[in-house]
Amino acid sequence: MKEFLLVALGALVFVVIFQIAKASEYVNVLKGEEKSRRQNNKINAFLLLGLLIFGLIGAWYCNELYYGKTLFKYGSSSVEGEGWDWMFMLTTVVTGIVFVITQVLLFWFSFKYQEKDNTKAYYFAHSTKLELIWTTIPAIVLCILVAFGLKYWFKVTGDAPKDAIVVEVTGHQFGWEFRYPGPDKVLGKKNFKLSKGINSLGVDFEDPASLDDIHVSGTMHIPVGIPVKMVINAQDVIHDVGLPHFRLKMDAVPGIPTTQWFTPKYTTDEMKNITGNPNFTYEISCDQMCGKGHFSMRGVIIVESMAAYKQWLATQKPEYFTVYPDRAPHAADTTAKANVVAAVVPDKK
Amino acid sequence: MSSVATLHGGDVHAAHDAHHEHHHHETFITKYVFSQDHKMIAKQFLVTGMIWAIIGGLFSVIFRLQLGYPESTFPILEDFLGHWAKGGKLQPEFYYALVTMHGTILVFFVLTAGLSGTFANFLIPLQIGARDMASPMLNMLSYWFFFTASIIMFSSLFVQTGPASGGWTIYPPLSALGDASEGSKIGMDLWLVSMAMFIVSSLLGGLNYISTILNLRTKGMSMTRLPLTIWALFFTAVLGVLSFPVLLSGAILLLFDRNLGTSFFLSDIYINGKILPNEGGSAILFQHLFWFLGHPEVYIILLPAMGMSSEIISVNSRKPIFGYMAMVGSLFAIAILAFLVWAHHMFVTGLNPFLGSVFVLLTLLIAVPSAIKVFNWLTTLWRGSIRFTPGMLFAIGFVSLFISGGLTGIFLGNSALDLHLHDTYFVIAHFHIVMGVASFFGMFAGIYHWFPKMFGRYLNNTMAYIHFWVTIVGAYLIFWPMHYEGLAGMPRRYYDYSSWESFKQFGGLNEFISFVAMIVFAVQLLFVFNFFYSMFKGRKVTTQNPWGSNTLEWTTPINPGHGNWPGEIPEVYRGAYDYAKDGHEFIPQNVPVGDDETHH
Repeated sequence: MKEFLLVALGALVFVVIFQIAKASEYVNVLKGEEKSRRQNNKINAFLLLGLLIFGLIGAWYCNELYYGKTLFKYGSSSVEGEGWDWMFMLTTVVTGIVFVITQVLLFWFSFKYQEKDNTKAYYFAHSTKLELIWTTIPAIVLCILVAFGLKYWFKVTGDAPKDAIVVEVTGHQFGWEFRYPGPDKVLGKKNFKLSKGINSLGVDFEDPASLDDIHVSGTMHIPVGIPVKMVINAQDVIHDVGLPHFRLKMDAVPGIPTTQWFTPKYTTDEMKNITGNPNFTYEISCDQMCGKGHFSMRGVIIVESMAAYKQWLATQKPEYFTVYPDRAPHAADTTAKANVVAAVVPDKK
Repeated sequence: MSSVATLHGGDVHAAHDAHHEHHHHETFITKYVFSQDHKMIAKQFLVTGMIWAIIGGLFSVIFRLQLGYPESTFPILEDFLGHWAKGGKLQPEFYYALVTMHGTILVFFVLTAGLSGTFANFLIPLQIGARDMASPMLNMLSYWFFFTASIIMFSSLFVQTGPASGGWTIYPPLSALGDASEGSKIGMDLWLVSMAMFIVSSLLGGLNYISTILNLRTKGMSMTRLPLTIWALFFTAVLGVLSFPVLLSGAILLLFDRNLGTSFFLSDIYINGKILPNEGGSAILFQHLFWFLGHPEVYIILLPAMGMSSEIISVNSRKPIFGYMAMVGSLFAIAILAFLVWAHHMFVTGLNPFLGSVFVLLTLLIAVPSAIKVFNWLTTLWRGSIRFTPGMLFAIGFVSLFISGGLTGIFLGNSALDLHLHDTYFVIAHFHIVMGVASFFGMFAGIYHWFPKMFGRYLNNTMAYIHFWVTIVGAYLIFWPMHYEGLAGMPRRYYDYSSWESFKQFGGLNEFISFVAMIVFAVQLLFVFNFFYSMFKGRKVTTQNPWGSNTLEWTTPINPGHGNWPGEIPEVYRGAYDYAKDGHEFIPQNVPVGDDETHH
C-alpha cells in the first residue's frame, strides 16, 4: 500500500511538471520567443552563479560533517603512513587551488558574459603565449607531485627492514588465515596440492621448518613499533589485504605471492583512547571483489606491546600438533612443548 | 546504396539523386528496422542506449536501497525479483549481480554504443558533408550486432543462477570458476558471448567512422577545418579499433579456461575443498588484457563528450573555440597516452614497483592535455555572449564535472596514494564524476543540441531545465561525499557495512546518497518522457539553423532525407568556428571567404 501511494505521488508530480512545462511553452509563444529566451537566459545565469556559491559552501560543510568520521585527524596508525598523509595533504592543496580557480572562472564567466543587448562576443581564436603558459605550469606541478609520490612509493614497496616480523596472510572465500614462523623464524614450505581437511593451507610437514609454525584464523596479533612484513597469498580467487588505518593495500593472488610491510605506531588500546571509541578495532578489509561473502571478509589485527605479543605467541600451539594430535606432547606441559619443538627443529640461524 | 561512397563528384550527384527518386521505395522495414541511413541507425543506437540506461540506472537504485537502508525490507522487490529478494531483502549474490550489470551496461551499452554509436553515426556524415557512411551496410550490421549483444546480455538476467556477478571487470579466477560464485556459471558465459558480439559491433562501427572521416569529406573540408566533434569521434574510433580486439582475446581465453580446461589465468587453486589441476597460469595476465582495453575505454567514453561540449560551448558563446589546434593536439595526446597507462589500475596487484613508477609518470602526463582543454574551454567562455540553451548548460556542467573528477585522478594516478585509496569509494566518486556523469552530461548536451536536427522538433525547455538543475545538483550531492568514505578506506562492492567498526559511521550518509539517487533517477525518467513526447508532439523547428551554427548539418533541410542534401553537397571554405569574426555573428562553413575578411 505504501509503495502504491508513493508511485501514485510520483506520477502526480510528473503530471504537474508536465502541465507546467506545456503551459510555459504556450506562455513563451504569447510573450514572444526572443523575450522569453532572454528571460530564461538571465534566470539560468543567476542559477549558475548560485550553484558556484552554494557548491563551495556545500563542499566546506561536507568537510565539516565528514572529515572527523574519516579518522584522518588522528593521523596514520603506521609510521610509514605518515608519509602518505603528508603526500595526500600536498596533493589536496595543489588540486584544491586548481579546483577553486577553475570552477570560479567557469561559473563566473558564464554569469558575467551572459548574452546582453549591448555587448557582442569578442573574437579571440588563439594565443600561443597563453597556451604555452597553461601547458608548462601543469607539467611542472605534476612533475613535483610525481617526484614526491615516487619517493614514497619506492620506500613502501621496497624491501622490509631486516628486523621485521614475518607473518604469512592467506585469503580464501571468505576469511583470513595467518601463519607465524615460530622460534626458527622460517615459514615451512607449502604446496596447494597438499591442502586437505584441517591442513587447509597445504603446509608441507616434511619440511622441518614447518613444525613450529603457528596457524591462527581471523585475528592477527602484532607488536607495536616493530616492522611487520606480510607475505600474502590467496587460495581460490583474488582477494586484497586492505589496511585502512595503516594506509596500505595489497592483492592476494592465487599462485603469485605478494608482500607489504609497515610499522604499527599505536596499540589497539592506545587507539581506543585516542579515538575515544571503546570498540575501536584495526580491521583487514577484503578490497577485491571475491564473491557473495566479499563484504563479510573481515580480519582483525590486534596491535599490542612486545611483552603482550610474546605472551600471546607462547600460548599458541604449533599447527603441526593440531594436524597430528597424536604427536603432540601433553597440553599442560608448556615447557616440555617448547623443548620438543626445539629438539625437532634445529635452529637454522 | 553501397555505391554512395563513389558518388561524390559534382556531376555524378544529379544522377545519384535521380536514382534515389526512382528506385528507392522504402518500406517500414527498410526505413525503421533494417535501415542503412546513418541518421536512422543513429536513432536506433540512441533509443536502445536509452532503454539500457533506464535498466542500468534502475539497477543502481535497487542496490542503493540495500546500501542506504540495510535494516529495512521492501516487499515490492520480492514481487519483481522473487528469490533474489527473499522477504523483501536483496540477497548478496543478486546485489553483486546488479552491481556487475550496472557497470557493464553503463560502460559498454550506454556510454560506448549509446554515445559513440549515436553521435558518430549521426554527426560524421552531416558535419563532414557526406551523403552517408562509407559502408552503410556495415553500419547497419554494427547496430544489429549491438542488438544481438543486448539480447544475449538481457537474457542472462533470467537464467537460474543469475547474471554475471564478479564485477564489470570480470577478474578471474572468480569469473572463471563456477565453484566460486553463482554468477560465474552460465551467466558469465552469456556475458562473454554478449561482449564478443558487442566488440564486433564496435569494430564494424569504428572502421566505418574512420574510413568515412578520412575519405568522404566534402570539397574544401580539410582535416584542419573539421569540427571538434568529428576530431573527437575520430580518435574515439581509433582507440576502439586498436583496443577492443585485445579484450576480445581476453574474453576468448577466459571462455577456454571456463569450458575447455585450459590454464591461461588459473593456477594453485584450492576451492570448496577441491584442488584444481590448473597450474602455470596467471590471474594478473587477464588484468593486463582487460585494462589494455579498459583504460582506452574510459576515453572512448569521454572523448565524444569532450568534442560535443567543445562544439556546443563555442556555438552558444558565439565565439570561436579557443585554440582549435591545441584542442585537436590535446585530443591526440590523450588518445596516445590512453594506451600507455593501463597498469595504473593494477598498482596493488604486486606489480614491479619500477614498472609502476613508469605508469605513474605516464598517467599524470594525461593531466597536461586535460588542463589545456579546460583552460581553452574557460577562455572560450571569456567575453562571449552566452546563451544558456539546455545543451549549453549541460556542456558547462560537463566542464565542471570534468574538472572535479579529473583532479581526483591526480590522487589515484599517483601510485603512492593509490595504495590506500584503491578500490574504495574515492575511486567510485572519481570515475563516476569524470567518466560516468560527465560523459552523460556530454551526451545530454548533444541530445538537446541536435534533437531539432534529428526529429525536426524541439524538446520542451522547462522540462529540460528541471532535468539539468536536478541532475547537476544531485550528481554532486551523491558523489562528492563519497570521497570522504573512500578516505576512511571504505571498500567498494560491499553489500553491507554495518558490522565494520571502521566504516559503519557512514550509515547515515549512505542513506542520504540513496535518497538523492532515487530523485535523480526519477528526473532522468522525466527526460525520457520529454524525449519521446517531443519526438511526436514537440514544437516544430521552423528555421533551418536554429542555433546559428557554422557546421554543415544545419545546411540540410529541416527534415533531411536519405542522402542528407537534396541538391549538391555544399562546398566548404573555412573552419567551423568563425563566430564573431569581422563583425559577423557567425559565418557558416559553406560561405566563401570574402575579400574584406581578415586572416587570423
